[in-house]
This record gives sequence, C-alpha cells and structure tokens, in this order.
Amino acid sequence: MALKTDAVGKSWPAYEYEVGREKIREYAQVIGLDDPVYFDEKAAKEAGFRGIVAPPMFVVVYTAGAMGPVLFDPEVEMNFAAMVHGGQEFQWGEPVISGDLISTTTTCKDIYPKDGKGFYVFETESKNQNGDLVCKATWTNIVRGIEE
Amino acid sequence: MSAKEKGEKIGGLKVTPDKFLPHRYAGASGDFNPIHIDKEFAQMVGLPSTILHGLYVMGLVAKAATDEAGGDPRALKRLSVQFRGMSMPETEIEVSGEVIEADGSDVTFDLIAAQGENQVIRNATADVSYP
Repeated sequence: MALKTDAVGKSWPAYEYEVGREKIREYAQVIGLDDPVYFDEKAAKEAGFRGIVAPPMFVVVYTAGAMGPVLFDPEVEMNFAAMVHGGQEFQWGEPVISGDLISTTTTCKDIYPKDGKGFYVFETESKNQNGDLVCKATWTNIVRGIEE
Repeated sequence: MSAKEKGEKIGGLKVTPDKFLPHRYAGASGDFNPIHIDKEFAQMVGLPSTILHGLYVMGLVAKAATDEAGGDPRALKRLSVQFRGMSMPETEIEVSGEVIEADGSDVTFDLIAAQGENQVIRNATADVSYP
C-alpha cells in the first residue's frame, strides 16, 4: 500500500479536558511519584502552586482524547496494527493545576516514507483556561511495511 | 559555576514494575491497547507476553530527570525520547545518564532507560532548570 500523505497540514478541532485531583493522584501513584505537591492541596500551595499540581508527564492524560481520533482518521489512513510509537517530545510551559480546563489542538506536521516504513509526525498544543501554553508535543508514529 | 558539570554521571533510578502495573497504567492514562494488558492477544501478534507502555517508561525517565534537579515539577522544561525496544513487567528498569550541557542553572541530560542490556529508551534528552 503506497503511503498516503493527504493529511499533512490538517488540524483537528480542539479537545477539552478538565483536570481532576483524583486523576492526578492516580497518575502520580502509578509512576511512583510521592512528592506531596501531587496529593495535598496545602503542600502544593506552600510550594507556590494554585492547587494540586499535575506531574509534567500527566500531559499523556489530557492529550489522549486529542490524539486518539487522529490516529483513526480515515484521511490519515494509518495501518494501526503495524504501528509503533517511535519518538516523543514534550516542552512544558505553565504548570497544570487541578481544576484547570486544558484545550488541545492537533496538527499533522508530516507523513513521509523511510526504509520501507511510514513516519507520521503530529504536533499538539495544549493551553489552559487563561490561554497560557502548558505543553507543546511532537508525536512520531512509525508504520512498518509500506511501499515507497 | 554551573549546577552540574558536563560529563557528570547521573541517575540510578531503579524500578521493578509488578505484573499488574500495565493494567493500572492503562487505567491512569486511558491507553487500553491490548498488547499491554492481554497476554493472549500480545502473543497472537508475536510478542513474548504483555509489554509495558512506552509512555510509562518515559514517565520514569521524567521522574529521574526531575528528581535529579531537586524534585520540583517546574524544573523539567523539555523531554525528548526515542522508543527503541519493548520492556516487560517484573523486570528491573534502570534510568541512568550524564550531563551533556551545563549553563548556570540550565542543564541538559542524556538518558537511557534499560532492562539489563535491552535499551528501551535511548537518546533521551531532558532540559532541566535547577532552583
């Protein structure tokens, strides 16, 4: 199957996620983070946050709903069964706090063949309710077995 | 004087995820891809068994970098990784690395997450800011 590149440049509508404190606690616990700023309001405020703060990698939680539909978009036509996660970059801005409403937009930056594989590069930009950038991410997915 | 010196070794984070860690990570992250939680499915697609989520292992790399810079989540400015192998529950993961750039309080680490000889994540670069 030849690589389809029609989706390059396409953007998807913003996905909104409201950050809850129990979700932050659940995520922090699974990763093994024990700093009280992730669990306790008082400790978080003493450390200078508006409330319980999300660990940086909590970005995977609030962007999941933005990336999921993109991977299954028929215009992208990605062979999901042969896909692996190749690379990932996050750049963080303002901390994400319990109660924040995070809005994430996704853009397809590039689709290109290399060594018989298809490389799909997406960018997400997440902002909080005040319009502050909280995280910009680049997601690279690799699909094996394409025709060049 | 920089917070760290170029070439300085860092790391030493060691974690052994238990058998059910991928189930809990699936719940926490929302990623229920069956290769992480269904042994029969994983074997059907040619894997030895269920494997850990790559972004879970990246979460450990983020923890190692943040801890190294004092533990405040604001310290971690950027993290970039390449996923190069699969990793298994019930096997120790070690995150280690070294300082590749140091400019005052701004420091860049090059990190690896490995299970024994198997480098699951390599060429990870983390930009941190020491308090």
